[in-house]
Amino acid sequence: MFALIRKDLQIEFRTKETLASLLMLGLLTLVVLSFALDPTSELRLEAAPGALWVAVIFAGVLGLNRSFLAERENDCLQGLLLCPVDRGTIYLAKTVGNFLFMMVAQLFIVPIFVFFFNLPATPALAGVFLALVLGILGFSAVGTLFAAISVRTRAREVMLPLLLLPLVVPIFIGGVKVTARVLAGKPLADVAQWLNLMGGFDVIFLVVGWLVFEYAVEE
Amino acid sequence: MNRVVRKAADTVLPWLTLVTMALAIFMVFVYVPTDRFQGIVQRIFYFHVPLAMMSFAAFGLVAIASIFFLWQGSRFWDRLAHSCAEVGMVFCTLVLVTGPIWARPIWGTWWTWDARLTTTLILWLIYAAYLMLRTVSASGDQEARYAAVLGIVGAVDIPIINRSVYWWRTIHPAVLITREGGSGLGDPRMQATFGVCVIAFLLLFIWLLWVRNESGRLRDALEDLRQQVLARESR
Repeated sequence: MFALIRKDLQIEFRTKETLASLLMLGLLTLVVLSFALDPTSELRLEAAPGALWVAVIFAGVLGLNRSFLAERENDCLQGLLLCPVDRGTIYLAKTVGNFLFMMVAQLFIVPIFVFFFNLPATPALAGVFLALVLGILGFSAVGTLFAAISVRTRAREVMLPLLLLPLVVPIFIGGVKVTARVLAGKPLADVAQWLNLMGGFDVIFLVVGWLVFEYAVEE
Repeated sequence: MNRVVRKAADTVLPWLTLVTMALAIFMVFVYVPTDRFQGIVQRIFYFHVPLAMMSFAAFGLVAIASIFFLWQGSRFWDRLAHSCAEVGMVFCTLVLVTGPIWARPIWGTWWTWDARLTTTLILWLIYAAYLMLRTVSASGDQEARYAAVLGIVGAVDIPIINRSVYWWRTIHPAVLITREGGSGLGDPRMQATFGVCVIAFLLLFIWLLWVRNESGRLRDALEDLRQQVLARESR
């Protein structure tokens, strides 16, 4: 499994394509949403969490699409499936890889977000990162499964968001809620139920994905 | 045996559905008393709720059939899941249409982001994606497997979605607290009408499912025959 993760990370380290496109798309989403939401108004604290999570989700969908498109080229996926490991292991490796890419992108996007929306840069932002870890883990757990599916369909790039966005509604609502509370200076205990919900979502879909992934990649 | 069941379903089901549905329509428009507070528009409730019940049952069946398909790999379960999703989609669409017609005069708004409404909308989106996934996958085994994966994941997700939209709305001041408060059907004639409507829509659901499933079965049989003919010709 670690070999599989290392393979993805190494490819990324050499090309930096996925990370660059994740970052640029996240950045552009924030800029476009700033135009839509008027980041100078007093209401920006209300609007900001939504903007951050829309950026996360849009960039995430793009990254997930890429993760299996790369495997399709030169039939890499075939080679991957020939590995003497369980399909569930491949799934977990892919999920961890996607999770890491998205998290690294967030390390850059969150400061930009704070900068554009003129938010207080307090230690409370650690809470935002906690929400991001839980949210992105669940997002890549469901996303990796459906990226493997959508890459084989005719409408590849379109199909993934169509499948994924309704399914990750709990992550999105939870992420926005936690981010809003943290930015408003509330303690984390205040949002415990949301963190629990997102954690539960992560565990459930990691297990479901691990179980059914073999049906999503079989020829 | 199979043939007898098929014959019976083909002849009895449509007539039974027709009669019950006619009775249901009669009861809704003529027999049942008008609600004192909500007026005439309350009558849409007798269609709205049974439709919602049947569409939720249909989506539940999709999940069950999907699990059985991945487990046993028989085309029967795949066809059942597909038919349930399509019929459920029709019913769910009607729920989302009849709801606002009622909500406009009663709540004063077409739509509110109430937990139940939001869940139904997301349900609709998931199964719309499910049907789209079926059309864009390579038909046959691949389509069936992909759809089954989504059928299972969707069903697992629904309770979580429901919980999250419930918290999402209830943290804010609730726009509307309850709908009818209990069933809201005090009059026994109302209860009778509601009961007949549930049966009528249940029959309609079973019949549509049957017709859809049969057409799927025939299509599969035709495809098999075509393959056989092609194989023989190429020999």
